[in-house]
Amino acid sequence: MTFSPELEARFERFLAKYPADRKRSALIPMLIYGQDEVGSITDEFVEEIAKRVGVTPLEVREVSGFYSMLHHKPMGKYHVQVCTNISCLLTGGEELYERACHKLGLGHKQVSPDGRISLEEVECMGACSWAPAVQINYDFYHDVTPEQLDKLLDGLKAGKDPEQITEVPKVNC
Amino acid sequence: MYNSPSPLEVQVLTRRFRLPNSHSIETYLQNDGYKAVEKALGMSQEDIINEVKASGLRGRGGAGFPTGMKWGFVPRTSPKPKYIMVNGDESEPGTCKDRLLMQYDPHQLIEGIIIAGQAVGAEQGYIYIRGEFRYLIEHMDRAIAEAYQRGFLGANIFGSGKTFHLATHSGAGAYECGEESALLESFEGKRGNPRIRPPFPAVAGAYQCPTILNNVETYCAVPSIILNGAAHFAGLGSPKNGGTRLFCLSGHVNKPGVYELPMGFNLMRMINEVGGGVRGGKKLKAVIPGGSSCPVLKADECDLAMDFDSVAAAKSMLGSGGVVVMDEDTCMVKAALRIMRFYAHESCGWCIPCREGTTWLRKLLQRFHDGMGTKSDIVLIGDLSKNMLGRTFCPLGDAAAMPTIAFVEKFRDEFEAHLDGKPCPYEKSSKLVAA
Repeated sequence: MTFSPELEARFERFLAKYPADRKRSALIPMLIYGQDEVGSITDEFVEEIAKRVGVTPLEVREVSGFYSMLHHKPMGKYHVQVCTNISCLLTGGEELYERACHKLGLGHKQVSPDGRISLEEVECMGACSWAPAVQINYDFYHDVTPEQLDKLLDGLKAGKDPEQITEVPKVNC
Repeated sequence: MYNSPSPLEVQVLTRRFRLPNSHSIETYLQNDGYKAVEKALGMSQEDIINEVKASGLRGRGGAGFPTGMKWGFVPRTSPKPKYIMVNGDESEPGTCKDRLLMQYDPHQLIEGIIIAGQAVGAEQGYIYIRGEFRYLIEHMDRAIAEAYQRGFLGANIFGSGKTFHLATHSGAGAYECGEESALLESFEGKRGNPRIRPPFPAVAGAYQCPTILNNVETYCAVPSIILNGAAHFAGLGSPKNGGTRLFCLSGHVNKPGVYELPMGFNLMRMINEVGGGVRGGKKLKAVIPGGSSCPVLKADECDLAMDFDSVAAAKSMLGSGGVVVMDEDTCMVKAALRIMRFYAHESCGWCIPCREGTTWLRKLLQRFHDGMGTKSDIVLIGDLSKNMLGRTFCPLGDAAAMPTIAFVEKFRDEFEAHLDGKPCPYEKSSKLVAA
């Protein structure tokens, strides 16, 4: 299995962070950064990473099944995550999630037929004072109103990238 | 994004946040940056630990354990390497402060970590950051690179002949990994299941080596303590609760945000004077004082000093500083259910009382919320919760049970209002009513 030169360089940096006999520490960082390029935790990917950190593929699977950000089937190019935990619940997060379900015609962890958009109801993402919060891939959107959500989702459905939806800017922090 | 400050704030850890380019090493250096570590390099290990002890600094992750005492448990003469681990897994619902500390003043955190390293003779530190905070991992990586460039990290730091290395480490989505022993397991590339203690991380932490493991905010307090002295820091707070705290106000307040306030600040004043009162002129019903694991307080219990001991005396916890405000229109059954859904999702499954307990509590609370609860279910919820307490390897079981007990005991009337097919009094339309 081959990776991009950037990802290879990153993997090398990860493996160098830990003591020489503790390569396994790089496993989770390699899985999550690798997933961004591979698309999901595939069998081939598992076997490759297992070799590199010196564990069995079964041990990798045991770990990958534990973490909610690691997906075993591909999510959409734009993975829309809506928080409905307590602070977001109190400020309209649940309504946002239901709105997104209807608008996209998707449920929890479902992917649009063209593979562009997926939806997930997520647990607290640490944006409680700026609730309700939404994440698209790794970008945060804070104090999201139903109108802003509509603009984001309509834009994505129309084929735009989030950066092109300038009416609703992501927050850098 | 960062909220406007309150005049009631006492800015120690956040004092550089609003400077232009507050995150850059230049800004940090122009504002007392890296002076504390230079001072610490001239101090003995014992003196650094004693200074932290005298400051009254207690763990900001939630448990409030005295930081200096924790550092003192590390066997400094052990031949094994020692590690400094930083818990940046910030995932307690209601909490969003560590991300600001990393975003706006990453070098303060780095300096605190280096000082901790000096205190116990560690030469390597790792910052475990939750996977969702990808931008912060990259942000911290850049700050760490700046510190290496200046010779503040690496071999011969500050020309002292001492070595200290630091790196970030990404999580991948698991609340449980904010628990110290599960964090260590995850760091070692395993499932985030907790470890049996003792031994505690101070003795057998990362790679079974002596390890200091603290929250981001805890390390961020250290430079100020070393630079301005323990007495100054201790004097900012209340007895046995040194310093300030970053409180995260969320929910039904007019001015939600993260505010740095002295330990012991009154909760009612925090809501009304710092947070601008309850949104829409509504009445206050309840407050979760320190993240979702902390038992809820009724409005009449909120005339309370926000320090570890006072909140504990009120039978709740100061926790991680997440203050969640709920107005009179909030359905307490729904709040309890949402929180339990979280714990059932996040239970790692290692201990049966937690795995099964959270799942059954979720089902019971869902049944209540759907209007199908019975009177005996109220008793069952209490029994289930009480049988989880103290019966798990890590605090997640307690964290799920304690707030549930409080919700049921303090708002029993609301649970009873949901009995026997009655629609939720707080929802405009009930799911039970056919359209």
